[in-house]
Formats: sequence, structure tokens, C-alpha cells
Amino acid sequence: MIERAWRALLAPLFAAAAAIAISSIALLISGNDPVEAFREMWKTIDSTQSVVLIINTAVPLYISGVAVAIGFKMNLFNIGSNGQYLLAALVAGWAGAEVSLWPPLHIAFVVAVAVTVGGFWAMIAAILNVTRNVNVVISTIMLNFIGIGVSAFLLAEVFRDTERGGLVAQTKLMPASARIPSLNRVIEFFGFNFAPGVLLYGWLPFAVALGVGYHILLNRSRFGYDLRLSGLNPEAARSAGVNPKKMVLITLTLSGAVAGMIGLPFLLADPNFYKYGDAFPTQLGFTGLGLALLGRNHPAGIAAAAVVWATIERATQRLAPIGVPQEIGRILQGSFLLVAVIAYEVVKRRNDAAAVAAAAAAAAAHEPKPPAEPQASTVGAPS
Amino acid sequence: MTATIDTQPAPAAEPASESVKSARWFPIALLLTAVAIMSTARIWADNPDLTSSGTFGTALRTAAPIALAGLSGLVAERSGTINIGIEGMMVMGTIFAGWWGWEYGPWMAIVGGIIGGMLAGLVMSVATTTFGVNHIVAGVAINLIAPGIARFMASELFSGVQGGSVTSSPGNRGKLGEFTVPFLSGGDLFGWTTPDTLGWLEDRGWFMIADVSGFVRGLTTSVTWDVVITAGMFFAVAYMLWHTPLGLRLRAVGERPAAADSLGVAVHRMRYIGMAISGGLAGMGGAVLVLFANRYQENQVAGRGFLGLATMIFGNWMPAGTAAGAGLFGYAQGITLRTNPGDLVKALLLAAAIGLAVTAAWMIYQRSWDSAGVLVLIALALFFAYFSTDRPNNQLVFVTPYVVTLIAVSVGAQRLRPPAEEGIPWFKGMQ
Repeated sequence: MIERAWRALLAPLFAAAAAIAISSIALLISGNDPVEAFREMWKTIDSTQSVVLIINTAVPLYISGVAVAIGFKMNLFNIGSNGQYLLAALVAGWAGAEVSLWPPLHIAFVVAVAVTVGGFWAMIAAILNVTRNVNVVISTIMLNFIGIGVSAFLLAEVFRDTERGGLVAQTKLMPASARIPSLNRVIEFFGFNFAPGVLLYGWLPFAVALGVGYHILLNRSRFGYDLRLSGLNPEAARSAGVNPKKMVLITLTLSGAVAGMIGLPFLLADPNFYKYGDAFPTQLGFTGLGLALLGRNHPAGIAAAAVVWATIERATQRLAPIGVPQEIGRILQGSFLLVAVIAYEVVKRRNDAAAVAAAAAAAAAHEPKPPAEPQASTVGAPS
Repeated sequence: MTATIDTQPAPAAEPASESVKSARWFPIALLLTAVAIMSTARIWADNPDLTSSGTFGTALRTAAPIALAGLSGLVAERSGTINIGIEGMMVMGTIFAGWWGWEYGPWMAIVGGIIGGMLAGLVMSVATTTFGVNHIVAGVAINLIAPGIARFMASELFSGVQGGSVTSSPGNRGKLGEFTVPFLSGGDLFGWTTPDTLGWLEDRGWFMIADVSGFVRGLTTSVTWDVVITAGMFFAVAYMLWHTPLGLRLRAVGERPAAADSLGVAVHRMRYIGMAISGGLAGMGGAVLVLFANRYQENQVAGRGFLGLATMIFGNWMPAGTAAGAGLFGYAQGITLRTNPGDLVKALLLAAAIGLAVTAAWMIYQRSWDSAGVLVLIALALFFAYFSTDRPNNQLVFVTPYVVTLIAVSVGAQRLRPPAEEGIPWFKGMQ
């Protein structure tokens, strides 16, 4: 057990060390002191307030990672989750502000709208792939830009809040019945104390539930089995009776549906928003791609990756006063991702080779059968 | 050794047509029909700008970076690497071009762009070739990392400098020269201004003639050198891939690495070379963008790497097809930069409707009733959209190139033939 955990952590730890080294070199080249920079970063994150902020930031990132991981599991690269979530958040933000319902029902309604819009947008790419054999990477990225344009148009012309007016294009504020309260009360119940103005947003339990649901779907359901099989070996899946077109259709739509939820923490649980528009974050979908790769499409792995990402973002926020560019965080994140992706592949190949050798040795000891041919792994899928 | 593999036909992939004769006139008829459709739409919509030399000139300018991205994808995939990272390599190209263009001038901007893209291409090749990382995973990673590096570099280089910021370089030192072809489009010849023949023809507004004149004049008026080099790159890459030993080896490594290896080709080295060229072309695409805007700007690439990738798929992994695709998508993007893009997009809608109606008529002639029915319905919907809507506003205009690309890829993506073993990591001893 401990050995397994150690092996799983080996690659990310190596990547982290490499990322720190690469960033330090970048800092040295640009004439900064890396030691001082990293000390300042540590000082920034070393507080309860920072921990809460990090969790708040990590939650939407986590959803974004899970959304694309569903597709990645069967080598289906939905790289257009950005457009899916922006369109979904806009429509859900508008629809949620138009109705007034019993709170749980209201929240469920907003979630349902977002999931439907996100799923619909991804389904277009799925249909084009199934019927016209269009490359999913191309169609999702084109739909991504189309989604961004369409949502900008809809916000400006259709869903704009004309009552509050002003120059800022935004939807109406969500009514109180659609706002999820913060978790401060719950945490304070356990004896923790928050600084004034620090809120742990209430979407966290939903994100945890999403992760658990993803885990169950993947590992405890027929569909999840088909999904993993299609990813590992499409030929074997086909001969086992899995309809590849149906799998593409369902998986991509599901991926889009989850992507539709990326904006919900802001719409429903973030007092700075409760609406779509203005400073609404617009790049979370792309970040999710990296998190799914870092977390190896595993629900816990993606969570860890999201926390690391949010930590780096928080840590670099106060670097400006000591003269270090905040952008060093992007170098940290980027080099971490690249080295991790390579390290995972190295570890995986080594494990595969060891497994093949062990199987061959066992077969040789057991039977005078010819030893198993070492299988060349096909496309090095992120498993 | 060369002769051994060379007996393999160049992967033109087109199965022999039933009748060679019809195959010969078909492209010409198609081209003439397309011109007639555009011309009809121009006259009907009363929008001369739809096929004016100005529009085609802008289209050429916007097509150049997409074309380079397409070529980048072509070289990468021919040598066996699926390059999703073109977008990121272009971003690296823009930051280096913005930097060197500001320090040393526009020609060095191109050199800088090529170097920046090449570095990114080599980094990706380390992951895909040496370590066998899934090519799409590595490409996605490059796309995520490149904007971060660009931002860090911009903050170090440009912020605090007069006219510069984290999101923009201070501007290039000088501009590239441009030239106009004499006699055709009224360029200068030894100080003498020649007559502008095509301009005169274009102004007459005659059916089809004015449109062709506008097209040719657009391609021969005030063309900057980077665009000329881009056009030259198509011939250079096509020649390199199909007429040199290096190109043969690159393609062999994409089609059948094991076979290439057995004949003594260094598979990994070839894939590295392929990715270096691919990255360089993508980076040059970024440099062309920088030269167009005269400065580096954040998010300048805006999906052109992916448009280039779509161009290459649309062009069936062939240079000529890639060029055609780049022209189409460049045109769709070019019209969004004209003075009244809304009207142009509307006129383009009309052209699409007429085109579909003509195709439907052809389908009826061919007695394929189902396809004809679908096409008639879509054409009617487009006609309805044309006559019932106002001019589309700017946000919808922005979407045009992506919609056109998506439609083109869905209509065209049928008999495609990618290189046989692209995207599959290869190590010594594999079959």
C-alpha cells in the first residue's frame, strides 16, 4: 500500500522539483533572487485565509478537470470546454434570475439548465464526429470560438440586464433562493475561526459529490467499463459489443454537460458574482485540460492538481512588491505540467515492462508454453 | 535505398476516376461555377466589396498565418507526429517576433519567430519522440505552457518600456517593404507608374470578369514580403517532401517507421527534424501575425493554429489542398476585418445559399433525391435568413471563420488519408 502510494507520487514529486528548478533558472536569468521569491510565496500561502481562498479557486478548476477527464478516458479530446461552460453559464445565469422557486428546486433548475446547454454544445461535435467523421479536436475547438462569440452576442443583445443599466454587460443578479450559503457556519462548528470577510463558498460539497459520482460511474458501472475499455483498446471494445459511435455520442455529451457546471460556483455560491458577465473568468476550460493531464484523469488526482494550481496562483499574487513578476507562476505551472506528463509516461512504460516480464516469467515457470510476446503498447494513452 | 521506397507512389490517395476525361474538366467547371456563384451573390446583394481586390488583399494577409500553421501541421504529421501544439508554437513565435522585431527590425522578427516556434517544436518532440508521450497530450501541454512563457517573457521584456506592457510589445522597428505588380495592378516600374489594368476591369463590375479581376488584383497589389515568402514556403515544403531524400525519409517515418528503420533511416532523428521544421513554420506564422499588427499582442494567435490544423485535414494532408483551405478560411477571416463586415457576412450567406441551390440542382440531375432534399431545405433556410435578418452584429461576425471552417471540414471530411502511423510512438525493435 505504502509502496503503491510512493510509486504514484514519485512522478509528480519529481515534476515539482523540476518545475522549481526551471522557474529558479528563469528567475536567475531575469535577474531575480529565486530564494527570496519562493520565501515570499510561502509567506503568502501560510495563513488560514489563503487556504480558504485556495479551496475556493480550486473548486471550479476541479470541475473543469473532471469534465475533460471523462473524454480523455477514452481518448476523446474535448478541448472546447471553455466555450461550453461560458455558454452554459450565460444561459443558466439568465434563466436562474428569471424564475423564483423553492431554494433547493431553484438551484437544481439552474444546474439543469447549465448541464443541458453544455451537453448540447458538446453534442454538436459528437454528432459531427459520428455522422461526418470530423476530428473531435477540430470541431470542439471551432465550437469553442463559436460559443464564445455567440455568448458575447447573447449577453449584449438578449440576456443583458437593462434595469441596472450602465456600460457593463451582465445578467441580472440571482435571487436569494438560488444562492448557496457559505460553509463558514459548518467549519466554525468544528472550532475553527475565520477572519472577517473570509468565506468558504458553498459549492465545495457539490464538487466533492461530482468527484465521487465520476469515480462510481467510471469504476462501478457498465458504462464506465465500456468507456475505459474503449480508451485502452478500441478494437477489443468493438469485438466485445461496445458500439463506438454510441460511446462517442454519450461520452462527449457527458463531458460537455459537466463542463456546463464549471461556471456554477460563481453563479450560485460566489458573492462577488451571482451573475454572468463583467469579470466572469473566461479561461477555466483550458486550465482544466492541464489538470486532467496532471491528475491522470483520476478524481483524487485531479483534485490534488487543482489545489496545486490554485496554490501557485495564490502564492504568486504578492510578488510584485519585491519586484518579481507574478508571471513566474505560469512558468511554474507550465514546467510542472510538461515534466509530469513525461514522467508519468516513463513510469508507466517501466511498470508495463515489469508486468510483462513478470507475466512471462510466471508463464515460463508454469507451462512450457512460449512466453508472452512483449506487447508494444499502442498510443500512449493517459490512463 | 532511396529507389526501394521511392517505387511507392506519392500518397495522392485519390482512387482512379472512372473517366479520366471528366476528371480533367471537373476542377475547371467547379472553379467557374464558384466564380459565377460569388459574382451572382455580389450583384444580387449589391455589395461589390464581396469580391473586391481590397477584400482579397485582406484575405491574403489573414490567410498567410493560417497557411503557415497548416504547413506546420503537414510537415509534422507527414513525419509521424500529430501536432496539436501548433497554436502554442505560434504563440512562442509571436513573442520572439515581437521581441526581435522591436530590437532589430522586421526581418529579424521573422527569424526570431522561426526560432521561437522551433524551440517549442523541439520541446514537444522530446516528449513525443524520445519519451513516447501521447501526441495529443503533449500538444495540449505545449498549448497551455506557451502562453505562460510568453507572458513571463513579456513582463520581463516589455513592461515598463515606453509603449510596451505585459500584453503588448512597443512595436516593430520599421516595416517590411511591399510591392505591386506592374501593368496588372498598376505597380511602379523604374519610377514609372504603369496602368492599373485589373483595377479598371474591376471597376466595370461585369459579371464574373470583375470578380476574377478583383481576385487577381488583390493578390498582386501591395503584397508584403512575408506573404511572398509564405507562398514560397508551399513550393519549398512540397519540393522538400516529395523531391528530396530528406523528404522521402520524413514521409517514410510517418507512414511506416519500422520499414524505414530497417532501411537504415534514423527514425527518431527524422521525427525531431520534422518537428523542428513544423515548429519553425508555426513560429513564422506567429511572426507574420506580429508583422501584420506591427507588434506582439497577447492572444494574438486566437485559434489560428487550430484553423491551420483544420486546413491541413481539409486539404487531405497535401500542400495544394492545404493552400486551398487556407485561402478559404483566410477569406472568411479577412471579410471580418473589412469596414462593413456585417454586410459582407450577409452577402456570404447569400452566396452559400446560391451555392447550395446549385449543388442541389446537380444532385437532382444525378438522381440522388435524398441529398438534394436536404440541400434544398438548408438552402431555403439560408435564403430565409438572408431576407429576414438585419445585418449581423460584430460578435456574430467574429464567429464567421470558425463556422466556415467547421462546415468545410464536415462537408469535406470524407475520403481522407492521413499518414499511416502518425501519432504512434515508435521505439527501436517495434514492428
